Amino acid sequence: MRLNLKIWRQKGPKANGKMVDYTLNEVNPEMSFLEMMDVLNQQLVDEGDEPVAFDHDCREGICGMCSMFINGRAHGPMTGTTTCQLHMRHFNDGDTIVIEPWRASAFPVIKDLMVDRSAFDRVIQAGGYISVNTGSAPDANSLPIPKQNADMAFDAATCIGCGACVATCKNASAMLFVGAKVSQLSLLPQGQPEREERAIRMVEQMDKEGFGNCTNTGACEVECPKGISIENIARLNREYLRAKVVQK
Amino acid sequence: MSGKTKTGLIKSSIGKKVFMGLTGLFLCLFLAGHLAGNLQLLLPAEVARDQFNAYAKFMTTNPAVKLLSYLTYFSILFHAVDGLYLAWQNKQARPQAYYKKDDAANAGWASRNMAVLGTLLLVFIVIHMKSFWYEMHFGNVPVYASIEHGELKDLYTLTTTAFTEWWYVLIYVLSMGAVGFHLWHGFGSGFKSLGISHPVYTPLLNGFGKGFAVVVSVLFAILPVYLFLTSLN
Repeated sequence: MRLNLKIWRQKGPKANGKMVDYTLNEVNPEMSFLEMMDVLNQQLVDEGDEPVAFDHDCREGICGMCSMFINGRAHGPMTGTTTCQLHMRHFNDGDTIVIEPWRASAFPVIKDLMVDRSAFDRVIQAGGYISVNTGSAPDANSLPIPKQNADMAFDAATCIGCGACVATCKNASAMLFVGAKVSQLSLLPQGQPEREERAIRMVEQMDKEGFGNCTNTGACEVECPKGISIENIARLNREYLRAKVVQK
Repeated sequence: MSGKTKTGLIKSSIGKKVFMGLTGLFLCLFLAGHLAGNLQLLLPAEVARDQFNAYAKFMTTNPAVKLLSYLTYFSILFHAVDGLYLAWQNKQARPQAYYKKDDAANAGWASRNMAVLGTLLLVFIVIHMKSFWYEMHFGNVPVYASIEHGELKDLYTLTTTAFTEWWYVLIYVLSMGAVGFHLWHGFGSGFKSLGISHPVYTPLLNGFGKGFAVVVSVLFAILPVYLFLTSLN
């Protein structure tokens, strides 16, 4: 199939970028979106042009590295997929595809389609962990956890930190990400000793990074490749308020 | 983790949203009360005049109502200032817009336009308060002696006269549309901002909020239209 691509090109963090048009003549519908990008880059290298820089790692839909805002949607038109799991059979011959980097002041562009998502790392560093000495694994069921809580914590823990929630949110808010990370630990007994401090510190770091505020539009949960529920945002609000009241 | 954090609630993003939820939901209660009072305008003119004016007198003189009205003024101002500040912060969070963004793919129209709707409502509130609240408190509303309630300011005639102008009716009807859309998203969202969420009750609450949005905006909008149509006869 033949595709017209409109891709954001930006030489570096300080450079001015612009949309550039490319044409690919022989795209196999069985290719993943990233493989299509590989073909484009091979073509650019052959022509003596600079290849398009984009993030990718596992290409199995679990690492959270691939990003790209495709035709106005984070990770493209399909729900519950990362860009590496999006296949060209979902596009038609002759389509024009617009490809942009995540847009948020907290995710500055490094080059072309690559953005710096270390703001998420700093939010995790602020409190997204439990302070325990590691040792041998505890015996199974020595720490009773209600099944329902274990399920909710696990669902929250499936967040891969890709940033699609921020990218799609009209406010570039990181509440779904932070909500998932706070929920995951606040639902488990291991998370209890630092429960209040964690919520407060992670929210403070989130605000410091310049993410926007949550309007509860629900766009994030629609675009999340892991289907993290917006329920986690309400829980974050609850955890944060509770922490503000309880903290001594 | 070490070191205590002492940032005030209102400085945090979540704190600002909590206050948006609290003031917004309080204003929903206010709207229900305001609407109940306004519905008296649907009574036959000869009954409505005295009853509505006596009600207006009660609402402007009763100490408990006065206290509530101060809380309402505060809520409106706080909701507006907080909301505009949040909207400004949200703009800062994405300085460069997308070349193409499919907003409708994942979020409802009302939820994406809360700040615009809210700003329209703020303008409406200024017009509305100038027309009736200001006239009632500081203007020269004619006083007459009613048989049942003694001396009354004739807010009823002021109101029915105001809605003889078609453009004024139109402003009100459009503004009530804005109220409807604002509540359509705001009612349920307010509870979420307060951290209230439940697998069974949240969908019911959201459904109630949408019903509330439609009923309140439609009933409010019927009044100016009704007064306009009756003035034609």
